Amino acid sequence: MNFPILSTIIFLPLLGSIFIFLFNDPKKNNGAIYVSLFTSLSNFLLSLFLWYSFDKSTPEFQFVEDIVWISGLIKYKLGIDGIAILFIVLTTFITPICIISCLNSVKVRIREFLIAILILETFMIGVFCSLDLVVFYLFFEAGLIPMFLIIGVWGGPKRVYSAFKFFLFTLLGSVLLLVAVIAIYWITGTTDVIQIFETKIPEKYQYILWLAFFSSFAVKMPMWPVHTWLPDAHVEAPTAGSVILAAILLKMAGYGFLRFSIPMFPLASEYFIPLIYSLSIIAIIYTSLVALIQEDMKKLIAYSSVAHMGFVTLGIFTFTQQGIEGGIYQMISHGLISAALFLCVGVLYDRTHSRLISTYGGVVNQLPKYSFLFIIFVLGALGLPGTTGFLGEFLVLVGTFKKNYLVAILASTGVVLGAAYMLWLTKRVIFGKLKNKEIEKLRDVNFSEAFILGLLALAIIGFGFYPEILLDSTEVSINNLISNFQIDINNKMVFNK
Amino acid sequence: MTDNLSVLLPEIFLLLSVFSLLMLGVFIKNSYNFITKLSLVVLAVTCFIIFNIDDSSVTIFSSSFIRDPFANFIKILILISSIFVIYCSQLFIKDHQLTKFEYPIIVLLSILGMFIMVSSNDIILFYLGLELQSLSLYILAAIDRDNIRSTEAGIKYFVLSALSSGLLLYGCSLLYGFTGSTNFETISSELNKENTGAIFSIVFILVGLAFKISAVPFHMWTPDVYEGAPTSITNFFAVAPKIAGLAVLIRFMQTPFENIFSEWQTIIIFISVGSMLLGAVAAIGQKNIKRLIAYSSIGHIGYALAGLATGTVSGYSSSVVYITIYAVMNIGIFGCMFLMKKDGKYTENITDLSGISKKNPMMAFAFLIILFSLAGIPPMAGFFAKFYVFMAVVENEMYVLAIIGLLTTVISAFYYLRIIKIIYFDEIEKQFDHIKNFNISSTVFLSCFILITFFLYPSILSNIVNSIFLY
Repeated sequence: MNFPILSTIIFLPLLGSIFIFLFNDPKKNNGAIYVSLFTSLSNFLLSLFLWYSFDKSTPEFQFVEDIVWISGLIKYKLGIDGIAILFIVLTTFITPICIISCLNSVKVRIREFLIAILILETFMIGVFCSLDLVVFYLFFEAGLIPMFLIIGVWGGPKRVYSAFKFFLFTLLGSVLLLVAVIAIYWITGTTDVIQIFETKIPEKYQYILWLAFFSSFAVKMPMWPVHTWLPDAHVEAPTAGSVILAAILLKMAGYGFLRFSIPMFPLASEYFIPLIYSLSIIAIIYTSLVALIQEDMKKLIAYSSVAHMGFVTLGIFTFTQQGIEGGIYQMISHGLISAALFLCVGVLYDRTHSRLISTYGGVVNQLPKYSFLFIIFVLGALGLPGTTGFLGEFLVLVGTFKKNYLVAILASTGVVLGAAYMLWLTKRVIFGKLKNKEIEKLRDVNFSEAFILGLLALAIIGFGFYPEILLDSTEVSINNLISNFQIDINNKMVFNK
Repeated sequence: MTDNLSVLLPEIFLLLSVFSLLMLGVFIKNSYNFITKLSLVVLAVTCFIIFNIDDSSVTIFSSSFIRDPFANFIKILILISSIFVIYCSQLFIKDHQLTKFEYPIIVLLSILGMFIMVSSNDIILFYLGLELQSLSLYILAAIDRDNIRSTEAGIKYFVLSALSSGLLLYGCSLLYGFTGSTNFETISSELNKENTGAIFSIVFILVGLAFKISAVPFHMWTPDVYEGAPTSITNFFAVAPKIAGLAVLIRFMQTPFENIFSEWQTIIIFISVGSMLLGAVAAIGQKNIKRLIAYSSIGHIGYALAGLATGTVSGYSSSVVYITIYAVMNIGIFGCMFLMKKDGKYTENITDLSGISKKNPMMAFAFLIILFSLAGIPPMAGFFAKFYVFMAVVENEMYVLAIIGLLTTVISAFYYLRIIKIIYFDEIEKQFDHIKNFNISSTVFLSCFILITFFLYPSILSNIVNSIFLY
């Protein structure tokens, strides 16, 4: 058997956290910081190595690990394809950034915070690797525990409400997913995803099962109207928590649609296109409008996340090469940009303890470096060509135009609205007159802040100019996904035996 | 035909030990410590005896007593959990001056009653075992004689339980009247759908049994008795009688009522749904942690019954897996409760836990694990318990039951989270006393360890449980 590299990547952070838990003196935080940085960075390098050794020319799952776990029922099965690899690298890239960012923002119980982040990383990577529905569910759900604690322990004043809302909303969606997973087991006799693809789930079950999966992913995505937990969770979560939430946790649902919903329930996915399109359009237009009137910076970015995720679902459910590529690209790009924006808000919040837009104005006078970076991210978020934000939205719109003109035109208005609220935010925060005396006393970004923000800016511009690196690895997998989908749609008969 | 008495060896050994311990207790002064240690030894030896029994299924006394792998497994479960319950409650008992030598002896007697219950293959023997268990439990509930709440709990438990025993006995007599036998196997062959009178009797029997495991709508005694009885007794109440009651219920469904499955299934489904809903909703407003655990145990029994409601072997084994994990979680959480001591007095208010994560991080962490496990969040063991149950439920296409069950999980997650919120998110009010007690900490540690590491190899438990049903 080959070296289990996926399991190593999944469980290395957990090992790190156990190490901190057992051997670190609770009074000294330095050791914990070094250990967690070391583990998360080595995990990042490992995942880069994984990406490097990944064979882009085949749609098959690679690095498959397959061990009997619950005898007769469930296998511990891992494996990745061109879609999953990107999310794994994104996760391992964002985690060290979060760890560096908490040097400035987390003041109490740093050791526990790092443990929570590392455990969360384990669960997040597990979600993107699992090829068994139960294993997937396990990782998907388990991530709730550390995130609940991160929001609740280190969050803002209304943290209790937000943490509960986050936990219960997600749990409610997920229990239906669990029923569906168990039902699939009894229908097909397995929870192994690859075998389910081959077995074909009968048409009569597909619709209801698709809805059960949808209920879970829609909450996590989040799609309108179950998005309301997200602004609350974002506002109250500490910076690193917001970053992980926006950059990675939200991507689990989009990934889930691609990995499970579409290949397992092709007929239902086709059938529910109108539902997805309407919800996505509402998300894009309505939440953009809501974002316009926000007074809290984090809330504004949170609503913009919902709008951006609307593009993702729209793109995925066009079932065109461009649409799905765009959806994935949009997820990665949003992962980088929203992470950067939340970090930027965090930088200001650490200094003034206010996230209200009205407290700021004229920040550029005192924090020129910061403002420079901030504007790069804002331009990325509004989709300026040359940043990652542009290509995602562009590809999604191209895909949508192939399918439905009206939807595409409506979605395009979202791009304009996105530019409106992001630019208005910049105008009010970065430019304008100095409103507040306190801002004059602020110091510019320090080295660690500049380092992580600069890294993200580089990634956003780099991948914006040269998207091939990302699109290259997904191409074959997406082709395979679409061709299987078309075959299934055209041979409806196989589902009715 | 002479009966092979060695089949009864665990019961005989337990009974003789109880008698000799009683004698010792009477003649030696201040013998509480001594008797407690001896009774732990007795339990361990009984456990050892049962371990060494072969796996065959034997009946004796004109097949009124049965010894099979199922009964053995349940007995071992009762024994091990009782050992831990007694082991970790010593400090509490001493602090409350409950050090009467009768205490462990009555616990042993009630365990003997449970043994007879789970091994009975005859209505009369079953009833005898049940009453032996119940009578011992009445005394235990009221063992803190000078405490008005404990006395109240004892009386309340006695009156309501006696009522339910009466109903149960009435059901038994109806069953005898309509089938002409007290033996489970004969009853099984006599019972069929045409036998309306006998079907009537199962309602009474189910009422009686539902009372013993505190399933809705016969749960009313649970919160009061849990709250009133001393915590060390509540700990025992929450674990051993529940295991025994569920085992007997499974025995009834498997043997005498086997042929009238569709008749009792509806009743069990309603009891199960009721328990899950009430357990989830009623616990939300509780301020006392013992009352909260009482409601939560009602909910957990609902999940175990959901597995039973399928009427299949996989359903029964999922129920047994559930009750096993439930026992581990309960022992853990009661262990934590023994640590809730402020200024020398034990407290039961949930709000007293506020902010303990800062000063007692290990205790807070134990609470965290056990509560997430009780809520059924993966990767804790509690998730797998629910997973097995719902596997069985969905297998039998009882989707509504599965969905109700999982939705109540979400509701009940709320109050478990509320405790976690109090422990981790709230500001510290007053510190707990620093208790260094190896018994409690080792028990809590073991419980948490099992709950966390269960996911590594979940089959270990389900394989054993499946094998006991395949004799």
